[in-house]
Amino acid sequence: MKLSRFARSTLGLATGLVLVLVYIPLLVVLVNSFSTSQSLSWPPPGFTTDWWGKAFQSQGALEAVATSVQVGLIATVIALILGTAISFALQRFAFFGRDAISLLVILPIALPGIITGIALNNFFRTIMGVPLSIWTIVIAHATFCVVTVFNNVIARLRRMGTNLEEASADLGAGVWTTFRLVTFPQLRSALFAGGLLAFALSFDEIIVTTFTAGVGVTTLPIFILDNMFRPAQAPIVSVIAVVMIAVSIVPIWIAQRLAGNEKIVR
Amino acid sequence: MTTAPAIRLSTLTKSFGSVHAVDGVNLDVAPGEFFSMLGPSGSGKTTVLRLIAGFEKPTSGTIELFGDDVTAKAPFDRDVNTVFQDYALFPHMNVRDNVAYGLRVRGMGKKERNERADAALETVRLAGLGDRKPSQLSGGQRQRVALARATVVQPKVLLLDEPLGALDLKLREQMQVELKEIQRSLGITFIFVTHDQEEALTLSDRIAVFSEGRIVQLGTPREIYEAPSNSFVADFVGTANVFTGDIARAVVGKAGAFSIRPERMDVKSGAKAGANSASGSVVETIYVGSNTRVVVDLDAGQRVNVIVSNDENPNADKLRGQKVVVTWSATDVVTLSA
Repeated sequence: MKLSRFARSTLGLATGLVLVLVYIPLLVVLVNSFSTSQSLSWPPPGFTTDWWGKAFQSQGALEAVATSVQVGLIATVIALILGTAISFALQRFAFFGRDAISLLVILPIALPGIITGIALNNFFRTIMGVPLSIWTIVIAHATFCVVTVFNNVIARLRRMGTNLEEASADLGAGVWTTFRLVTFPQLRSALFAGGLLAFALSFDEIIVTTFTAGVGVTTLPIFILDNMFRPAQAPIVSVIAVVMIAVSIVPIWIAQRLAGNEKIVR
Repeated sequence: MTTAPAIRLSTLTKSFGSVHAVDGVNLDVAPGEFFSMLGPSGSGKTTVLRLIAGFEKPTSGTIELFGDDVTAKAPFDRDVNTVFQDYALFPHMNVRDNVAYGLRVRGMGKKERNERADAALETVRLAGLGDRKPSQLSGGQRQRVALARATVVQPKVLLLDEPLGALDLKLREQMQVELKEIQRSLGITFIFVTHDQEEALTLSDRIAVFSEGRIVQLGTPREIYEAPSNSFVADFVGTANVFTGDIARAVVGKAGAFSIRPERMDVKSGAKAGANSASGSVVETIYVGSNTRVVVDLDAGQRVNVIVSNDENPNADKLRGQKVVVTWSATDVVTLSA
């Protein structure tokens, strides 16, 4: 497509503006992590690396990271197992109510977090009589993490068809052998993409987490929110944020490389 | 031991809802036979193949394999293997692992199964390509990998589902010859599904013509072509000039349904119509190399195709618009059942 000079420069300018708007605040966070100001005042009065040292020794921050990773990993594993199982059920078998179940599975990702949060809080405490803990967060996160796995796996199953599995059975392989040698290798990248998105969703979730976290259970987003406006803690939050940005780039980069030849569905 | 048929289908029926995809098929296929199931799409031939392979469960009827009732057995418990229409090669495995797959799931060690896979690749003239991925092969090569993969486990019966459908004409003709050779050298029963009547005639020992879930005629290629039992077979296998009703009375001279092959007819200009002939005018001539196809509107009210040899009648392509007489021999008139 050919664009006029004017159109090209206008679009270029717009693109530049959007990118600046997105990345300048991130840059400010990076600068703040080296600022001598305790309250993130601008412009930074001086340069220091103290906060970086303190952040890596902050018991609260490290525990919050550990909690978030734990919640994210367990929720992702649950999502991988259940999401794959549901995908197979809905894609490979015809039964009464299939479309309704498909809708019910996808719904949690569209529901406002505040609704899910209130509903689960109510359900756990008053109906089930279960005390809130790290496990109630895991269950809550799994409800929407399942969706990303489900979407990726069912799209792959639909594209795969049943030909390869029939060929495997035809050559003498039983159901499990076929899954291990043929189906699973075909699903691997879909599971990876779905799992990655599931973990990312869980890792920065705050609304549902707030309503389902037990006393003393602090995930990283909750830790950040709690400490954001405390004078001595704000720069530490900046340090955490910078580390998070750096860590986020890796999975996004991997996902993009996978997306080069495979489609990732959110 | 008396030799049981390689495949015996008894009143085999498969219904999808109210549609009878396969409707009471009875069939015996002899060991070592190259047997074709021929029919248009939707005639049930592929469903019969899938029933034999075990991918579908019959609604009723039984399937026997060398005397064993396998109707209730899973695909992996049946001694039949399939060459799929789209080949269904495993994209994440190289060619050797694809071919060795059937041996692997039977628990054969890596060294031995790789040797056998390489030997099988050699018989389909793909020696040295074992390390490639299926995506790096041409259509004809993939076809041969699929063949090697299905035959390396030495099945009693090989099922082939339109295996040549995706190949271009030249390659298809070459593969037809190879298939026939491979079938002879392995000595196993081939059940070959195709909608291509020429392919079925060329390759088969016997052919079953399918229509609407039933076998409408069963016989050797010569029987099917020269003595079609009804107008469907006459029309589907090759081209045929079929006459029925009043036109049959006017042209053939008796009541009933009749078929005459285009190549068994001739056109003569400036002759009088008598017995075994009919007058008409040429609406089109189509030159096809060795022959010319002459399309004639008979005065009796039907259009017929006549194939004229260009050696015997070099001016056939100049007949357009002329009054002619179409002639045939009484022995070439085939009486049809319906």
